[in-house]
Order: sequence, then C-alpha cells, then structure tokens
Amino acid sequence: MNRYRVNQIMTGILNGVTLLVVLFIAAFILYLLASGMTAINWRFLTTSSEVGLGIRDQLFNSLYLLLLTQLISLPIALGAAMALTLYVDKRSKFASFAQGLIQILSSLPSIIVGLFGFLILVLKFNLGFSIISGALALTFFNLPILTQSIAVSLQGVPDEVMQSGLALGISKWHTITKIILPEAMPGIWSGIVISAGRVFGEAATLIYTAGQSAPTLDYTNWNPLNPASPLNIFRPAETLAVHIWKVNTESLGQDAATVSRGTIVILILVVLLFNLVARYFSTTMRKKVGR
Amino acid sequence: MANKQQQTEITTRHVNVYYGAKQALFDVNLAFPKYQLTALIGPSGCGKSTFLRCLNRGNDLLGHTRVSGEFQFEGRDIYDQAVNVMQLRSQVGMVYQQPTPFPFSIFDNVSFSQRMSGEKNPHKLAAIVEKSLRQAAIWDEVKDNLQQSALALSGGQQQRVCLASVLAANPKVILLDEPTSALDPVATAKVEETLQQLKANYTIIMVTHNMQQASRISDQVAFFLDGKLIEFNATKKIFLHPQEQMTSDYLNGKFG
Repeated sequence: MNRYRVNQIMTGILNGVTLLVVLFIAAFILYLLASGMTAINWRFLTTSSEVGLGIRDQLFNSLYLLLLTQLISLPIALGAAMALTLYVDKRSKFASFAQGLIQILSSLPSIIVGLFGFLILVLKFNLGFSIISGALALTFFNLPILTQSIAVSLQGVPDEVMQSGLALGISKWHTITKIILPEAMPGIWSGIVISAGRVFGEAATLIYTAGQSAPTLDYTNWNPLNPASPLNIFRPAETLAVHIWKVNTESLGQDAATVSRGTIVILILVVLLFNLVARYFSTTMRKKVGR
Repeated sequence: MANKQQQTEITTRHVNVYYGAKQALFDVNLAFPKYQLTALIGPSGCGKSTFLRCLNRGNDLLGHTRVSGEFQFEGRDIYDQAVNVMQLRSQVGMVYQQPTPFPFSIFDNVSFSQRMSGEKNPHKLAAIVEKSLRQAAIWDEVKDNLQQSALALSGGQQQRVCLASVLAANPKVILLDEPTSALDPVATAKVEETLQQLKANYTIIMVTHNMQQASRISDQVAFFLDGKLIEFNATKKIFLHPQEQMTSDYLNGKFG
C-alpha cells in the first residue's frame, strides 16, 4: 500500500469519526427534545410545581441564581485574571502557584464543592438552604472557569499593544482599561456566557446548598425580606437541574417522567440559547473591533 | 547647519545594560544632534534595540533589566527618580517594528494620547488629528474614513497611523525600531520620505537592518557590535571611509 493510499484512508477514517460524533450528539439532543416537547405547554411554564406540576419557580430560581453567581464571581475573576496576566510577573513562583490552585479548583468534582458549601455556608455560617448559599457555592465552582477564560482572552492581546500604549506616555491603568480590555472583550463575553451555561445546568453543587424545595413564589411581592418574595436571597430555591434530579429520585407517580422530560427540554434550550448568544457576541464584537 | 549640529538633544555617557547576569551594552557614549536623523546599525543581538529602548525607559517594562549610565535630556537625566515616566514617554515617542494600532477608529487612535491627558474639545482634537496625519503623510489616504477601524488598514498605512499617534503626543524625539522591516518596498519608501520631512521639527533615532536605508536617509550612523559602540560618524564618512576595520567588514557583508 503506498503512502497516497494511506493518506486517503486515514482522511476517510477521521472524517467518519467526526461524522459519528456529530450524528450521535444530534440524535441525542433530538431524542430529548422530541420526547419532552409534548410535556411543554403554557401551563407547564407558568404554574408552580406544587399547584400545577409546572416549573415556573424553578426556571426563575435558575436564572436568579445564575445572575447572583455571575454578579459575585465576575469582579473577582476579572481582577484575578488581570492580576495574573498583566501585573504579576509570569515567571514568578507566586504566578505558577496561583495558576496551579486555579487548575485544581477547576477540576474539583462539583459534589465536593456542594458538600463543602453545605458544611461551611449552610451549617457553619448558618445561612441554611438558601439562594445565597447556592450562589456562593456556585461561585467556587464558577471562579476557576471564568478566571481561566478571561485570562486566555487577555493573553490573546499582543504584548506590543501594552508596550505601544505605555510608549505613548499613557498610564498602565488607562492602557489596560481603554485598550486591552476592549480588545479582549469579545473573548471575555463568550467566556461569561459559556460559564453561564455550565452554572445553569449545575445540580450537584446546589442539592446541599440552595436546597431541593421550591416554595411557591408570589411574583407581585417585591419585598426582598419576605419569604414568598422571588427576590429573597434567604429562601430555599430548587433549580431546573436539581428539579430533574429530584423528580427522578423521588418519582412522584405517573407525571414524574413527563415533568422530568419537559424540564430537560427547557434546560437544554436555555443552555443552547446561551451558546448561540456567546457566538453572536464574539462574532459581532470581533467585527466591531476589526480583527 | 553648523549651529544646529552643536545642539544635542540627548547625550548618553557610560551606558551599561544588564539582562539578569548577561551584559547587553558596554560603556556606550553617544550624543544625538537636534533635528537630525541618526541610524543605529549592527547585526542582530548587537544591542542597538536595547540602547534605543533605554531612551524612553522602555526597558523598565521588561523586568530583570538593569541600566546604568547618564542620559541627559532637557537638562535632566532620563533615569532620575524625579522624572515622570509617562511624561518622558510622550516627549520621547516610540514606533515599533510591527505596526500596533489600537482596536478602534483611526481618529480615536491618533487622538488617544491627547484624550488620555484630558483634552476634550472636539475641535482641538480634530485639528491635532489632521495635523498629525498630515505630518505622517497619510492624511490624503484616510481623511474620508477617519471613523474606520485602524486595523482594517494595510501594514504600511497602519505604521504611518502609529507614527501619527506618536506625533499627536507632541514629542521632541522620535525613536523607531526597524519601522519598515515588516513593510513592502512601496510602503517603505513612503515612510522614509515621511521621516525626512519630519527631521525639520523632530530629532529622530532609528534602528535599522537595512544599510541602503541608513545611507539614504540618515545624517549620522552608529555601528554597534556585541554590545559595544564601534563607530559613530556622519553617514557619508561611515559608508565611504569607515575608520574601523570591523565597520568596513560589516558594511561589505563579511559578517552579519
């Protein structure tokens, strides 16, 4: 067999493997969507799980927890990434130590993060099963992912950009905030949105921190201290992903399977939406930047 | 001419630079005449770019670098504790080998240094942008597209926009580190022509690998080898009657 033939065969095999992966994923998603679509109707989206077997509150809880998590983690992750890429000497011991810690944190199993949150936040700090416990635990889960993706975006800006900014007599802070951050922005945005997808689908971290119950919420109550208010951060809050887990382990009878499949569809659609938004952001912003 | 030659813009004495344990420059003494173009030449790694970067304290940014010696500029030492580095860098501007325009419009690029130092008046900014782009000989090519991203320009145009950005900061000295080595011959010719016009108002110090370029546009040439200044003289003298054997060998392509 000559080398041209080998080349042809290997190209064929690689294409075939790629096609297989794509087909498998497409079939899997289509199956989940098709089997769950029938469960979705207006009532499913707008009633609480206690009254009408709906997921209204779980959907809200998921989005609210995501928002809080990103609000807490974004400033920390941005600061850490900026320090590690633009301020700390990359060859220093501290830099490699910090990088190592971030990598360890990012590969920590989420159930460990959840149990850690349960011990520290729920019990020790007496926050109970609450949104704030969940958001803080999710921050631990989210920080390394977000820090790394922001750091990668910042590293993507050529060193010469920083040099020529400084060479114009502009301060380091202004060079960073006016030139480097805007140039890294498309990458930072897609990092935020992709990490949002992972946070949104996270269950293990939340089971022991935000809890598994979803008290019916009164969406007209805007007093954040009232237990029925959706804004209250000290109430327990079951999310979509936790709901899927709970429905399947406690199996509430015949409806359980339907509810579970419907919830899966909503979860997948939202995560898919996040990814589409991330792509849209990075392409349009990149066009605006001109690269 | 004679009067001009007596005035020096930057005078350096006993310059030594170390990267960690390695010494990159050995006791360099150079005086740069005002309103003239001085070319720094020599083989790769000879220390000419290192020397250039000393002049706007660009080596400060690299870390692990130690600089000693005197650098007289405007009656003060560049490395004096009291010197405001940001102010120094706006007076001693630098254009790099790779054009590095910032990711926004041509107008915003050129007006950047002025806006960062607090200038808000749009008429003043527009006037500064036009003047700088004219000086950099790129006004006619971009005047109708000032809001276009600078990254969409060709390499030669980007380099002249970068030059305009440096000019807009109102420098006295312009440093150039192989400004045309990434450009094609037509763009190179344009940049060279621009530099010759700028000489009337600015002191220019340029690192170049291109001997023809040095002979075409410079007034003085400083030849560096292995971190030492071998010869410094008027361009004609260097090219026609070099005093040192090493200079002659280098110019004749015997090494490099």
